[in-house]
Amino acid sequence: MNDSNLMTHAIDVDNIGRKPSSGARATETCISVENFSLFYGDKQALFDINMALPRNQVTAFIGPSGCGKSTLLRCFNRMNDLIDSVRTEGTISIDGENIHQRGRNVTELRRRVGMVFQKPNPFPKSIYENVAYGLRLQGVNKRRVLDEAVERSLRQAALWDEVKDRLDDNAFGLSGGQQQRLVIARAVAVEPDVLLLDEPASALDPISTLKIEELIHELKERYTIVIVTHNMQQAARVSDHTAFLYIGELIEFGDTRQLFTVPQKKQTEDYITGRYG
Amino acid sequence: MSAMKTSAKNWFHSGEAAIWLSGAAVSSSIIIVIGLFLLIAVNGLSHFWPKPVAQFEYRQGANQTMTLIGEVRDRETVSTERVTQSGEWLAPDVASSGAQTQERQLLKIGNRERFGLDFRWVLSGNIVTTDYPADLLVIERQEWGNFYGFLQSVVQGEGADTPEADGAGPRGMMARSIERALKIRQQIHQIEGEAMARINYDIERLRLRERRLELEQQLTEAAKKTIAAERAVLDSEYQALEGRLGELYRAINRDTLIMVDSTGQPKEIAVGAVVRAYYPNSFGLSDKLGFYAEKVWEFVADDPREANTEGGIFPAIFGTVIMVLVMAVIVTPFGILAAVYLREYATQGVFTRAIRVAVNNLAGVPSIVYGVFGLGFFVYFLGGNIDQLFYPEVLPAPTFGTPGLLWASLTLALLSLPVVIVSTEEGLSRVPRAVREGSLALGATKAETLWRVVLPMASPAMMTGMILAVARAAGEVAPLMLVGVVKLAPSLPVDFNAPFLHLDRKFMHMGFHIYDVGFQSPNVEAARPLVYATALMLVVVIVVMNLAAIRIRNNLREKYRALEN
Repeated sequence: MNDSNLMTHAIDVDNIGRKPSSGARATETCISVENFSLFYGDKQALFDINMALPRNQVTAFIGPSGCGKSTLLRCFNRMNDLIDSVRTEGTISIDGENIHQRGRNVTELRRRVGMVFQKPNPFPKSIYENVAYGLRLQGVNKRRVLDEAVERSLRQAALWDEVKDRLDDNAFGLSGGQQQRLVIARAVAVEPDVLLLDEPASALDPISTLKIEELIHELKERYTIVIVTHNMQQAARVSDHTAFLYIGELIEFGDTRQLFTVPQKKQTEDYITGRYG
Repeated sequence: MSAMKTSAKNWFHSGEAAIWLSGAAVSSSIIIVIGLFLLIAVNGLSHFWPKPVAQFEYRQGANQTMTLIGEVRDRETVSTERVTQSGEWLAPDVASSGAQTQERQLLKIGNRERFGLDFRWVLSGNIVTTDYPADLLVIERQEWGNFYGFLQSVVQGEGADTPEADGAGPRGMMARSIERALKIRQQIHQIEGEAMARINYDIERLRLRERRLELEQQLTEAAKKTIAAERAVLDSEYQALEGRLGELYRAINRDTLIMVDSTGQPKEIAVGAVVRAYYPNSFGLSDKLGFYAEKVWEFVADDPREANTEGGIFPAIFGTVIMVLVMAVIVTPFGILAAVYLREYATQGVFTRAIRVAVNNLAGVPSIVYGVFGLGFFVYFLGGNIDQLFYPEVLPAPTFGTPGLLWASLTLALLSLPVVIVSTEEGLSRVPRAVREGSLALGATKAETLWRVVLPMASPAMMTGMILAVARAAGEVAPLMLVGVVKLAPSLPVDFNAPFLHLDRKFMHMGFHIYDVGFQSPNVEAARPLVYATALMLVVVIVVMNLAAIRIRNNLREKYRALEN
């Protein structure tokens, strides 16, 4: 099954896991979803989803509450495994590798697919230790290596200048927006390929939201980003591609500008013009 | 009338009644607790305050008067009828005055070797005169309790360094003599308690080594020789100490106080037997304060004397604290691991629910049942087997097969385990899902998440569990009587002989001390104030331990403050 994926999506096998420079391979597929369904016990939550998310671009999932966009996002790093009753069908491949393959190392997958949650969830540790957490898990304990990684990650998350003098302070002392950027820094510290953002700005004030959005623009240079959002303006502002989900089905998936200006489906048009949702 | 009824009904429905009711409940609880504490504190602390010693002319029969000397410890009123019925002689002028009641006073008369009892009730009506002579001397002795009387002279034995002729008078000589004796006593105490105890310990170990070799049938001639040589060294050390001790004992009893008691008879008291001598009637306020501080310190820091009715309770304080610490060390990891398994790993279902119910019910089992279990399982079964396996050379004398510190701590650990499990589970359930997911999303395994994030965040709850466990365990007495507490322990469970902490030893405990002093003492009147004082000390120790733990918990809480936003 894995091999067929490679064939159909024409992924360059030699480049698996490598980060190509953006632009040159702008349309290459990073995550491909095929005939994917998900069940909570007997209740089906996702219906036969097919999509291919391009590398080093931002893909936004929009749709009304309960449409399954977060559920789908959480499939990409198998966070749904934590729920006992969840069962899936179909395949999701990242860089051509089926993530549900038997014997697949989930922790390795999650290292490659970072995730940022709706509410900032820093650990009850210092700012420094929050960012170093993922590296320490991998057994990196050399102070010099950690120092470098922490600074690089905090710079990438545009937080370095605000916290460089108080790296040893408790992370809970930061504001909500700073905490969310800290969480992003924590996620990028392990150098993942993909960054999943689950409504990253919904708990933040407008200025913090703006900062996060700017950050997403910068981060897509390095990472393939998937963002779930309730906010259609945000989706339009930050994403290159947008997927509209409705009651567990993928209604429309395409270029963001196209989807917002000339939606192909009636349901999409109804949603983006505010008729429901 | 009906208007009033409605307004009362309205008042009730407005919730005002509930507020008053709950407020009253809270305030009465607080008043009861404060009252309890005050009662204990007042009764316990006032015991150490120096009381004046009175000298009474007391009528005992028609033409019979006698002199009584003693501290007034208590007063009460009894009906005249009861007094006459009890056959006690009442002075005719008092009896004929027609008073319905008589006051009587409890006098601590001391001088046990003369009167047999330390205390005596006297009728106030029979007292002719009351005096407080300034030269009345109270002598606290190692044995036989207090002596009340007047100092006549000090007889110095051979080799006295202070000639009588230097003009100090008997008082000055007595003070000097006592000071010297106390110094010698300290030396004796040091030799007996440290040096000799160490040698005895070593000799006993040597004996056990020999016995062990014998049991293993490896007691060769060479081994015998080395052991004999080592024993000879120890024996000669011991004899040297013994010689020194003999000298000290002779030196300490060099001087003698010649006293006169209330009956006018002379009495010789060896200075070596004196703990303290003072003139309470000539005390100024600063003397009283100094005396008070000295007595309180003695109570906290000294060993008990005279069947626990005199001296201090230090071994009991120490035993209580050590036992609670050992218990906390055992119960905390055990309870945390159990809670982690129940909450984080076990599949939640009927079975886990049943376990949880069982754990909660364990907390309700009467503590004496734990004591019985501890005696049967820990002491006899576990301890007996440990002795068979590891200490065969000591048998038939048991090492762990007898009640001791380890078994008491284990029994109490079992008893307080449910508290730790329940609080830890509660703490684990309060760790936000978001934080766990954050860790898992970074590629941490479940165990890594648990160790690095979840357990630290639940640590304040664990501390709460430990605080509750300590509070429960420190106040428990009944099971301890079966598994390790004794009335008087010969040595502390911690000393300078390896391995320093002796888990097999029996120990003293304040809770049991209260019971023992209060109900098992031959000298009830002397013991009663000590019951209060020990109870106060027990409460204080528990409060101090709890405050320390609460401080640690609050620091942890501050550090791991959960996500509020």
